[in-house]
Amino acid sequence: MKYQDIIHRCFRCGYCKFTSDYYDFNCPSYRKFGFETYAPGGRMWLIQAWLNGEIKNSERFQEILFSCATCANCVEHCVFTFSDDLVNIFIAAREEMVNKGIIPPPVRDYLKNINTSGNPYKEPANERGKWADGTSIPAYDGHEYLFYIGCVGSYDERAKKIARTVGNVLIEAGVSLGILSNRETCDGNEVRSLGEIGLFQFLAEQNVTLFKELRVKKIITLDPHAFNTFTQDYPSLGGEFEIYHYTQVLAPLIQSKKLSLKDREAKITFHDPCYLGRHNGEYEAPRKILESIPGFSLIEMDQTRENALCCGGGGGNFFTDILGGGEDSPNRIRVRQALDSGAQIIAVACPQCAKMLEDAVKAEEVGHKIEVLDVAEIVVRPLA
Amino acid sequence: MSDITLSLAQIVGEQYVSNKAEEAYFYARDPGLMPAHKPDYVVVPETVEEVQKIVRLASKKKMPIVPMGAGMSLTGLTIPLKGGIVIDMKRMNKVLEVHEKARYVIVEGGTSHGLLKACLEKNYPRLRHSVPDSPATSTIAANVMIHGQGRLTQQYGFNSDMVAGLEVVLPSGELCKIGSCSLSPEWFSKGAPLPDLSGLFLGWFGATGIITKVALKLYPRKKMRDVEIFVTDREDLVPDMVYELTHTEMVEDINIFAQPLPVIFKDNHHITLFITGDTDEELEFKRKMIWDSLDGFIKSKDGGFMSLPPVMKPTLLEMPQRSVSRFADVRKGGGFEYSGPIIAVEKYPECSRKIMELASQYDLAYSAMARIIGRSHCMMFGFAFTFNRADPDMMERTRKALQEVAEFALAAGGVYWKPTVDEQRMAIERMDPNTRNLMKMIKTNLDPQGIMNPGNWEVH
Amino acid sequence: MEVGLHIPFSAKTEFLRHDYFSMDKKKASGLPIGGTMYRLTFDENLCKTCPTCDCLVKCQYMDLKVDEAKEEMIKIINGDDSFVLQDCITCYGCEEYCTRGNHPFYLITERREEKGILTAPRAITKQWVNIGEQRGKYKLGDIKQKILSFGFVPELLELVQGRLFDDVMPSYVFGQEFFCNVVYIHFANTSIIKERLPLIIDNFRKLGVQEVVCMHDECYGAFTSLAPAYGMEVPFKPIHYFEYLYNRLKELGDEVRPLNIKVAYQRPCSSRLSPDKHHFVGDIMELIGVDLVEREYQAENALCCGDVLGMIYGYDLKNDVQKRNIDDMVEHGAEYCVFNCPVCQNALAAKITKKAIKPIHIIDLCRMAIGEK
Ligand SMILES: Cc1cc2nc3c(=O)[nH]c(=O)nc-3n(C[C@H](O)[C@H](O)[C@H](O)COP(=O)(O)OP(=O)(O)OC[C@H]3O[C@@H](n4cnc5c(N)ncnc54)[C@H](O)[C@@H]3O)c2cc1C
Ligand code: SF4
Ligand code: SF4
Ligand code: SF4
Ligand code: SF4
Repeated sequence: MKYQDIIHRCFRCGYCKFTSDYYDFNCPSYRKFGFETYAPGGRMWLIQAWLNGEIKNSERFQEILFSCATCANCVEHCVFTFSDDLVNIFIAAREEMVNKGIIPPPVRDYLKNINTSGNPYKEPANERGKWADGTSIPAYDGHEYLFYIGCVGSYDERAKKIARTVGNVLIEAGVSLGILSNRETCDGNEVRSLGEIGLFQFLAEQNVTLFKELRVKKIITLDPHAFNTFTQDYPSLGGEFEIYHYTQVLAPLIQSKKLSLKDREAKITFHDPCYLGRHNGEYEAPRKILESIPGFSLIEMDQTRENALCCGGGGGNFFTDILGGGEDSPNRIRVRQALDSGAQIIAVACPQCAKMLEDAVKAEEVGHKIEVLDVAEIVVRPLA
Repeated sequence: MSDITLSLAQIVGEQYVSNKAEEAYFYARDPGLMPAHKPDYVVVPETVEEVQKIVRLASKKKMPIVPMGAGMSLTGLTIPLKGGIVIDMKRMNKVLEVHEKARYVIVEGGTSHGLLKACLEKNYPRLRHSVPDSPATSTIAANVMIHGQGRLTQQYGFNSDMVAGLEVVLPSGELCKIGSCSLSPEWFSKGAPLPDLSGLFLGWFGATGIITKVALKLYPRKKMRDVEIFVTDREDLVPDMVYELTHTEMVEDINIFAQPLPVIFKDNHHITLFITGDTDEELEFKRKMIWDSLDGFIKSKDGGFMSLPPVMKPTLLEMPQRSVSRFADVRKGGGFEYSGPIIAVEKYPECSRKIMELASQYDLAYSAMARIIGRSHCMMFGFAFTFNRADPDMMERTRKALQEVAEFALAAGGVYWKPTVDEQRMAIERMDPNTRNLMKMIKTNLDPQGIMNPGNWEVH
Repeated sequence: MEVGLHIPFSAKTEFLRHDYFSMDKKKASGLPIGGTMYRLTFDENLCKTCPTCDCLVKCQYMDLKVDEAKEEMIKIINGDDSFVLQDCITCYGCEEYCTRGNHPFYLITERREEKGILTAPRAITKQWVNIGEQRGKYKLGDIKQKILSFGFVPELLELVQGRLFDDVMPSYVFGQEFFCNVVYIHFANTSIIKERLPLIIDNFRKLGVQEVVCMHDECYGAFTSLAPAYGMEVPFKPIHYFEYLYNRLKELGDEVRPLNIKVAYQRPCSSRLSPDKHHFVGDIMELIGVDLVEREYQAENALCCGDVLGMIYGYDLKNDVQKRNIDDMVEHGAEYCVFNCPVCQNALAAKITKKAIKPIHIIDLCRMAIGEK
């Protein structure tokens, strides 16, 4: 297995489980399951044991490995020099399991659906662009930017709304962009994080070829997950484009008053998406947008930026739901953290976070106290 | 589902019980070098009642119970030597009450040092506790259970001396309050003026009961902290230097380290001194006092204060010092273990010569790390060796070196700290027979079935 | 046109060969120890006929009249005991005060070593000797015929940035392999210098460089004062970075904006090894519109930053020297204190900040003047 020379070096000291001030445990799967085995150190020791033949690939082992949200809290807080590779190691172990064909059924189903339909929802590929119906968002045709949506924004009802809002706002601000519509296919970020590297490469190469064919130079992504794989993985597969998350494009436009906003009072807190924040270091752009809206006060949760608790949707868990369910599921804890901060709105910048946290608001029965909105949706409300 | 799994699931909820191979593997070992032994069950309770019920169940089934905090004591104290149930205490991690003016806090049995520190910093910036350098996950209850030491130990003694009350689940499952809290709503003392019963539990490694609440004394937190390092190449003078330093009563904590790497530390002993103050004047006054206390050694060229590059200070000043954990990966192998006898400060020279001798004999990378306890009343001298977990031969050499330390420590008048079961056996054999009998009486009376962390402090 | 000079791998491995060739190993191997062949050139007749004996008369840490000074100098020359060998605090000052071409401080250092008179506690000396040992962990930039030498001062890796260095960077060297080792004169240890400095010079020679801009006085002093005094040949042209900065600022002409601030300058001990370059401080300040306050402890009268004093002599001397120095800055209305040596800056930064004086390295000050800071 890749990284085999590192795995035994984990001291299981547990710094990786925490926020940087030790105020809270911050590994979402450890929070949910409560056993050391579901923490990064536990995973390291069990992977080692599995490689040594001391334990088998059981259902439990699969649950342990696939409940990791690849949120990179451990990468941020492990005190050893190999910290950067922790998530890579977990993915490499998943890859081994995928190669041997012994993986949890929801993971298998997810991968199968992507393989056959190009999306996890088993929806027809020629309906991928439907979300944009009724908007003035054009098909990509040499525009300055390609606006890449991803599977969730293309098919999920809640996320489709966000995609439309983001598209409309950008167009209103005068950004030249177009979408691939039905020609778009999965970006592969979750496929990679679930360890199906072959399928990931296939998807990535397919995307790179298409983008190049269309002479795409710059891409705006709706989803931080796509943003992540485009910036981190595609370049080594020949796909060098200028990649922006939509908040990075929107922030300067709002600051330069290309969009004028009306007063509206509310206390907002921002939930950092792992694939924008910890994985890619972008903490400012969404905050700049929120701070520019008159009347809003941005309050931070105790666990914020590099210490933000993952919504629990990362690493494929949005689809497989291995980490979901119950009071201690990360999305519900996150909503409680937001309530503690005194916020009335949880701002998100990722369609997966939006869905995860909205579900949690329902489960916690706090819909009357707090609402989940994408940054772009917040911008739209007070648009002059 | 087996009988017991079912009963445990009824107590803590199905999700928090495991009899699976994965948990059995993980909870069978700690990061140190003691042989693994699998538990039959691992549970993660959330309430005191749950702990009581687990203990009652175990008692009924005559099944061993091993409480575990973070499992960082490294000497195998949480390894279930006879199987049974490991109780991972870390879901009981609340800071329950802070009594600001009386300067104490009540925490649950699995609350970590990291959490308490963060909590105080946020809500009570004028209070602090004695943070050890163990990883931030390590728990307060376990730390006092093993008589740990922290940043305030030079001033106030072992961390267990700072306990102000306990709540304990007895081997029978009954809940018992220890200290002033047994007859007052206040938790200001673990014993005095009553008979001090805390000794029935502290130091016993869970073999007489499970701590579900600890009251811990808090101390003033000054606005500023700084660190100085006095270096000397004369290990024989270290006890005198420490004597002078402790005489000033100006130092927060005194740690001494000697190690060959990085090269800046080669050949010398480093007396690390922390000072605190609310104002520049206070801090500078203390600095002058400690510098002056060692002036004679500077004049005789036997030691001096090193110039601390600013980049080094944050590493030294952080609590806990994460760099101590990093020692585990010096050999790119993720392992370290230390034997840390409590011993007279006068033995510093012998101890430091011994560790160097062992390191060269067994070809190991070492770090000698000592912490002064009280005003030079004694010290913890850590014989720490790092090893590569993927190198069985190096692990074996480390084991051997540590065995030699065990022999050496007793011979030098030391007493084991957080001893392995083998060291416990050696200690029991050699202690005063009447003390031994008293320990036996206590253990058999409290835990007649011998289900509490069996193998530990067993007198036969 | 400058030709890119890329170090062949073999050259790198040659540096590596020095690495673990420590004194101990050399002694053990029975090989000759290179250092012993270098001897200090010192003309005792110059002292005997010296009308001023400025070396010791001007010393800020001892109080000697001309006659006494001469008497002590002669004792030192003859290898007799002198209280100077006990009381000298190693400020390097007399290297500057003697304008007759002798090297009084090097001589004091030699004699101390011969007599086993320690300056610093042994542990401190050992620590410094260990730190400087070559271990093959040097950094090389893209080496051209002209390079910047950062010696072994890690702060320089951060400080050296921007347009001022455009025409040389990234041609630089850093690490123990390029560390001049002059600092050991503070520790009365010239044999380590005699052992290591030739290897360092040799490392520069292997790079084939022609001009070395020394980013620290000590480095410059090593090649222009110490090496010649010991008869070591230097196969390249050392350039003091003040001179380099001055010329660069001139080149940048209009882009330099006057800063209109009042600064005090902290002169480091090692600047005494190249007193002829000290004028550049004033020259640079003038160029960038900075008012260099006329204070007591400047130029020849400069006081040590105290870092070494603390290590060697303890609290009182360090505190006294630092206090006088800082009070003097305050008294003369300095808004900034400009540093030449990062070690001085580390030693004084916190204390002067408390007196509302901002610490700044001269490189940063120059960058401020061209709008980069
Ligand atoms: C890098 C490193 C640095 C260290 N530095 C220090 C230091 O500076 N000072 C110091 O004191 N120690 C230090 N240690 C040792 C040790 O990690 C600490 O003492 C730590 O606080 C132990 O807590 P734990 O939760 O990890 O204990 P565990 O190992 O989980 O438990 C220790 C013992 O207590 C028992 N126990 C646990 N919880 C309970 C309970 N609730 N009731 C009854 N019994 C219980 C266990 O059965 C076991 O016998 C260090 C260790 C490491 C690895
Ligand atoms: S992953 Fe890093 S921080 Fe976490 S337990 Fe292992 S070594 Fe410690
Ligand atoms: S990536 Fe996140 S969920 Fe996975 S082990 Fe690390 S902290 Fe836990
Ligand atoms: S060293 Fe120089 S100043 Fe001193 S006495 Fe000799 S010649 Fe004169
Ligand atoms: S080095 Fe300084 S202290 Fe020593 S004699 Fe020369 S001037 Fe005086």
